[in-house]
Amino acid sequence: MSETTVHVINHPQDSAHVKRIWKAFWILSIITIIELVLGLTIYQLDKGDPSYSLILFIKGVICILTLAKAFYIISIFMHLGDEIRSMMLSLAIPALLFIWFIIAFLADGNSFKNLRNTDAGIRKYVPQKVMHHAPATAPAAEKENKLD
Amino acid sequence: METALAQTKQQRWAGGKSPFQVSYGKLMMWYFLLSDSFTFGAFLISYGAIRFSQNFWVDHNAVFNSFPGFEANLPLAFVSLMTFILIFSSVTMVMAVHEGHKMNQKGVEKWLILTIIGGLAFLGCQAIEWTHLITHTHEVLVDGVIQHWGTTTSHNPWGPHVMYEGRMVATPGPVAFGGYFFGITGFHGFHVTCGVILNIIMLTQTKMGVFQRRGHYEMVEKAGLYWHFVDLVWVFVFLCFYLI
Repeated sequence: MSETTVHVINHPQDSAHVKRIWKAFWILSIITIIELVLGLTIYQLDKGDPSYSLILFIKGVICILTLAKAFYIISIFMHLGDEIRSMMLSLAIPALLFIWFIIAFLADGNSFKNLRNTDAGIRKYVPQKVMHHAPATAPAAEKENKLD
Repeated sequence: METALAQTKQQRWAGGKSPFQVSYGKLMMWYFLLSDSFTFGAFLISYGAIRFSQNFWVDHNAVFNSFPGFEANLPLAFVSLMTFILIFSSVTMVMAVHEGHKMNQKGVEKWLILTIIGGLAFLGCQAIEWTHLITHTHEVLVDGVIQHWGTTTSHNPWGPHVMYEGRMVATPGPVAFGGYFFGITGFHGFHVTCGVILNIIMLTQTKMGVFQRRGHYEMVEKAGLYWHFVDLVWVFVFLCFYLI
């Protein structure tokens, strides 16, 4: 440790920097609150019989908001936005593997479900309505679902 | 102009200095965090794959609906408290790094202490949540008999409801849920613990004046990078387990 390289980046004005930190904090908080509102919306909708695509749409919006949060944490709090471009790319390009990673494995899981439900495609899948909550007035539900 | 640009580019990679204009330690912290994000990514994506392969999955709003001290059904409440604690401790950490740039020892100490408190508060919340999940039992119909199960890695009472003796009763839920939930939140909690320990080391060294003598607070910056990463991971854990 004889030589220490002191690394100096051009810091914006002190108060401007502090302001930027608090701005990022408020943005993160507001996005989180929006996410919570959407999460509670899903909870309320689930009590009824919501359309599958509506729920999927809300969940998609929540995912995009989460990515926005990740962007703010990385670029403001971790100061990656202040580093030079080649360093950003050396981190961002490997991270692109996540796109393949997510698509491939979720598709894999989905395919596994379809294969199992249809015995690898030899029979038709008849979806059964499953109940998350006990309804107020219980309909006559069959106790066991025997195999055909 | 163009030749001058080419020259500076060449010089940047000609050796003798960091081409990325950051110190070795900071760059390696970034690459460690990149690799760690793949570890967490692999966990969360395998959770997603298993969840996509099931016809039935646990309803998270039914599982995580308690708030310590309240009997009411409060989905999302406790976890949002945990999320805000972590976001806030991220802000205090970035303030500590900022005071470090100004070589203000007292400022670094103050913000680091707040960060450590935030980290410990988060871990405390997680301990409460885990204890509640494991010890709080629910009625579940197992092989035609009513039993009372908590949520563990081997079983959970969050399966679909069926009719039993004139009322709706839950059946055992997907086994993978407990393993993934406790595994991933536990791995994240382990990271938070490491972060708190790192921050305590940073605080001690700051108090001893080590960084003041060295002339820069870059170690605090590196610990800060790690701490923000822990917050970043929580954003995704929060998304995958509590929101969608």
